[in-house]
Amino acid sequence: MANASLLDRSRTIAGPGYNRWLVPPAALAIHLAIGQAYAFSVFKKPLGALLSGDVDHPAAGDWSPAQIGWIFSIAIVLLGLSAAIFGTWLERVGPRKAMMASALCFGGGFLIGSLGVHLHSLALLYFGYGFVGGIGLGIGYISPVSTLIKWFPDRKGVATGMAIMGFGGGAMIGSPLAVALMAHFKDSAPQGVAPTFIVMGIIYFLFMQFGVWTIRVPADDWAPAGYVPSTEHSALITTGNVSADNAIKTPQFWLLWVVLLTNVTAGIGVLETASPLIQESFSDATMGAGRGVTVAAAAGFVGLLSLFNLLGRFFWSSASDKLGRKVTYAIYFGLGILLYALVPTLGHNAQLTLFVLVACIIISMYGGGFATIPAYLSDLFGKYQVGAIHGRLLTAWSTAGVLGPLIVNYLHESRKAEGFTGAAAYQTVFYTMAGLLVVGLLANLAVTAVNEKYNEKGPVTIQPGGH
Amino acid sequence: MSAQPNSSAPAPAETSSTASLAIAWLFVGIPLVWGVAQTFIKALALFQ
Repeated sequence: MANASLLDRSRTIAGPGYNRWLVPPAALAIHLAIGQAYAFSVFKKPLGALLSGDVDHPAAGDWSPAQIGWIFSIAIVLLGLSAAIFGTWLERVGPRKAMMASALCFGGGFLIGSLGVHLHSLALLYFGYGFVGGIGLGIGYISPVSTLIKWFPDRKGVATGMAIMGFGGGAMIGSPLAVALMAHFKDSAPQGVAPTFIVMGIIYFLFMQFGVWTIRVPADDWAPAGYVPSTEHSALITTGNVSADNAIKTPQFWLLWVVLLTNVTAGIGVLETASPLIQESFSDATMGAGRGVTVAAAAGFVGLLSLFNLLGRFFWSSASDKLGRKVTYAIYFGLGILLYALVPTLGHNAQLTLFVLVACIIISMYGGGFATIPAYLSDLFGKYQVGAIHGRLLTAWSTAGVLGPLIVNYLHESRKAEGFTGAAAYQTVFYTMAGLLVVGLLANLAVTAVNEKYNEKGPVTIQPGGH
Repeated sequence: MSAQPNSSAPAPAETSSTASLAIAWLFVGIPLVWGVAQTFIKALALFQ
């Protein structure tokens, strides 16, 4: 089939004259689209009022917030699972076919979800946006990673940081876009959700096509002009190549799994509680009448955290090219432990400016943790199947996505039941997260070079055409 | 920085002009800047 062959890896090998700086925008086109998933909360209230038509007064048959919350949870779990399952397939068939599969699943997930909204079928919504869309998220998330690392052996952190920054930026685009579309369609369908899903599915599918048709892979023997691999010996930067199947047999893979799990779980602790945390810690009661943080200001705080999440992905990942990955993660954890432990005290002392500054730094390191991990994996396992290894590691993200909110909600509710209010109600949440970071710090410190017995024997090549 | 010729997988030459590079970055840059600006405006509420 002619169209299928155009998607093959062999058809994406860059010819002379191709500029490698076209690859980051191709990767960004995918990540900016699938990053919409983090803006799903914008649909929560409208989806919960499809029958009543009033977001503040749901009808008896309307879906509850918990039922709607499962849509995002399923998508995130499927993100991790599909990234793990389809990683080696991606390495074989190349990024273009994987990006197309991602675009079909992600766009298709919206369309199926739209039918679910139209028929008021929660199961169809779970299947569409959650299951099918989640597969699109997983394949899309890892699709450009190994390609970027191969194009930018001299700036692995910068290149992957740029792409993964796009995932953070995706929510910033997806949220106002969805709000505008729902407002536009509100008279033609309940809450305007179903047509919004259709339009977003089509827009994202088309936007992702830019990535599909722009992406190229370098030839096996390609290197940047003038690039000389560093002769400076570093035990943590391998010259060998480890397959994805062998990587999961190494302690280093599981140490990095713990590193990602703890960093993400702790970050979710802040993101989950951001709005109520700042309102309850800096209420009129603690700040004085009329000086407390309002709902609008709290929304501004959440927006500010999103910006630092985005900036941290690029800043920290780029810095890791100079600092080294292990040192960068030691900063995330070492500084993180101090800052997480400081948050309740700042809330208790009503130091709003410092509180906001500390939260922003924490979230920048949360984003940085996501963006630096592909380069860390490439350093330890080589670039041969780094996309597939990264995919398997993302199961830590799925685990954190479930674990983080569970820990936060349980600890916060327990403190409230004990009669604590304001910042004090969040004290154990942040101390527990600081404790989790200690575990992450120890795991990171334990990372050493991968035993050479896991390396592939002889030169490694990727099958042309993916057959 | 452009791709160098290789022996293992000959591929046709393709020229990436400055214009195509600029268009590619604008294609993803404009929505990203729009999204960042929207978020920044929202974040300003914290300082009012």
